Amino acid sequence: MVKNVLEVKDLKMYYFTNKGVVKAVDNITFNLKKGEVLGLAGESGCGKSSLGFTLMGMPTPPGKIVSGSIKIDGREIVGLPEDVLRKEVRWQKISMIFQGAMNALNPVYTVGYQMTEPLMLHKGMSKEEAIDRAQKYLELVGLDPEIVYRYPHELSGGMKQRVIIATALLLEPDVVIADEPTTALDVVVQAQIINLLKKLKKELGLSMIFITHDLSILAEISDRVAIMYAGKIVEIGDSEKIYYEPAHPYTQKLLSAIPRLHEDIERLEFIPGQPPNLINPPKGCRFNPRCPYVMQVCKEQEPELKEVDKDHYAACWLL
Amino acid sequence: MAEPILKVENLKKYFPIKRGFIDTIKGAPQKKVHAVDGISFEIYKQQVFALVGESGCGKSTTGKLIVKLLEPTDGKIYLEGKDVTYIKTKEEILDYRRHVQMIFQDPFSSMNPRFRIFDILEEPLLIHGIGETKAEREELIYKALEMVKITPPEDYVGRFPHMLSGGQRQRVAIARALILNPTFIVADEPVSMLDVSIRAEILELMKELKEKMGVTYLYITHDMSTARYFADWMAVMYLGRIVEMGPVEKVIDNPLHPYTRALLAAVPEPKPERRNVIKELPIKGEVPNAVDIPPGCRFHPRCIYAQKGLCDAKHPQLVEYEHNHFAECHLVGKY
Ligand SMILES: Nc1ncnc2c1ncn2[C@@H]1O[C@H](COP(=O)(O)OP(=O)(O)O)[C@@H](O)[C@H]1O
Ligand SMILES: Nc1ncnc2c1ncn2[C@@H]1O[C@H](COP(=O)(O)OP(=O)(O)O)[C@@H](O)[C@H]1O
Ligand code: SF4
Ligand code: SF4
Ligand SMILES: [Mg+2]
Ligand SMILES: [Mg+2]
Repeated sequence: MVKNVLEVKDLKMYYFTNKGVVKAVDNITFNLKKGEVLGLAGESGCGKSSLGFTLMGMPTPPGKIVSGSIKIDGREIVGLPEDVLRKEVRWQKISMIFQGAMNALNPVYTVGYQMTEPLMLHKGMSKEEAIDRAQKYLELVGLDPEIVYRYPHELSGGMKQRVIIATALLLEPDVVIADEPTTALDVVVQAQIINLLKKLKKELGLSMIFITHDLSILAEISDRVAIMYAGKIVEIGDSEKIYYEPAHPYTQKLLSAIPRLHEDIERLEFIPGQPPNLINPPKGCRFNPRCPYVMQVCKEQEPELKEVDKDHYAACWLL
Repeated sequence: MAEPILKVENLKKYFPIKRGFIDTIKGAPQKKVHAVDGISFEIYKQQVFALVGESGCGKSTTGKLIVKLLEPTDGKIYLEGKDVTYIKTKEEILDYRRHVQMIFQDPFSSMNPRFRIFDILEEPLLIHGIGETKAEREELIYKALEMVKITPPEDYVGRFPHMLSGGQRQRVAIARALILNPTFIVADEPVSMLDVSIRAEILELMKELKEKMGVTYLYITHDMSTARYFADWMAVMYLGRIVEMGPVEKVIDNPLHPYTRALLAAVPEPKPERRNVIKELPIKGEVPNAVDIPPGCRFHPRCIYAQKGLCDAKHPQLVEYEHNHFAECHLVGKY
């Protein structure tokens, strides 16, 4: 049996703002197997990035982990002091491709400097060692290793995103989180980056959490998919199950809102209304104000994730 | 056949690039961005004509030329048969804008944040002198909001743009374009920043308005799937040129141009069964800048079928290869 590289249980991360408590990650449980890509989807604001940052052990202020467990390769990281996280966990056990990172490269430093500085600073590598390693990974992502001497403005968008991916791989982490890694890219470059991630998955046995709001892109790479709504996972299962036999009304509606390239669709469906405010989410099922099948029980009690099929879970009173 | 609502002939827009001091004293030639480089098309009543292509290919510039936010370098624009290319006076432009409106990608940046929704919608009425009294204008504003399903309007007219969701803001932007009852709307990436469900909602709305109000659209997008859904015709642009054009089904199901094929191959689809297969992308390199346009077929440095001596030497023409289906490539049917 393939082992889990990541086990997340009952995880809660709330933002304690002066307007109230934003329940952005609210009781999340899932596992990630070695060599697997788990896709994480849902409308913007549902908590995808918040979950990513939390798994890195670095919720954005005023966010705090309230409870729950994150085990990476069997080791509990919730509660570890910051210096231990920085020295032993972040980037070498789990790393993240931040949304928009390619546009955040510092224009005044070379690519090599930006890739290697953290290695020398936090990991005590020598300059030669660090440059060597950066070049090895640049090559792996399909770039000329000589670009360590170039500046960000000399690179195209696709090249910059490859630099970011190489940087996330430098310390050979067990888990990589990719947050909207193709969102700002044109369609051809986007497909090239997806191809690269598929190649890395195969060659390095990379385990990845791929975050996007775009269910079409997600299908291109995910082995399993988790659908988030208002801070919770409402459905999780193998990709084929999620795309072809979705069990949760929210997943069903999202899928029927996608225009298809090779099909003539008379009318697209859409979900009326908008996702709730996470300070005061609706009682019961959080989707109930927008759900066409809402029943009395949905407004009163929260449904739990329930196995509807082998390794396929959904949280809905209809099931 | 009926007269087209909009006709564009050999339209060009070049932007001069500022020369450095050294270039100027050396007398180096003035370089230009060939943003739109000789395109022609026609759009008929109640049709949706999609302009697709990667960023920088000249879609927005084309849209701005049509709504007269930019002056063309060359070419002609006709609205309902009338040459409007060089209309200049304030009255002429004002009259033109009553008929031709634009919707932008980011509704937020196109709205004055200090205006309430009422003011945002009243502004075009005041500019065009429509509605004599406040009460008359209010009626038009309420009607426009109802049309885009911002209801009940009285709950929204007092709000500021930041108090609306992204989808609601885009609907207000559509109401603002519609309130003048235009014949033609240029919609520049109107759903690109929206989530999938809101995207579907706005596309549905624009479709409904086309049917109910007889609006004709130029739909600018980088997304082939929404073009398939919303548009009747599409033109694929590359480096300022239209390289393929025809009814959406023909272009998508039977692409003739190598660039269209590459774009289509790259489009992600919600079908997970191919997740472990590396996608074949029949294209090389990256989009060059629009200043130093490659000679011959401008796609040749990236084309996997390019023939030496032909593609790098001779400029192909846009030819009708089957009924209503045009492509600009020397080797259609032969590669
Ligand atoms: N630093 C923060 N402080 C307060 N609220 C935040 C912060 N970051 C995100 N949020 C809120 O948390 C929720 C989830 O946001 P996010 O994780 O960014 O969603 P997604 O990535 O799915 O779009 C949203 O309601 C958002 O407004
Ligand atoms: N005002 C301008 N000045 C100079 N160059 C411009 C201007 N507007 C657009 N361009 C250039 O013209 C080309 C086409 O741009 P645009 O029409 O915005 O493309 P698209 O909308 O397809 O992304 C690009 O190379 C762009 O950089
Ligand atoms: S629990 Fe009720 S409201 Fe929630 S998705 Fe199921 S049917 Fe709809
Ligand atoms: S003309 Fe030649 S280079 Fe251009 S698209 Fe056709 S085959 Fe390719
Ligand atoms: Mg996010
Ligand atoms: Mg544009």
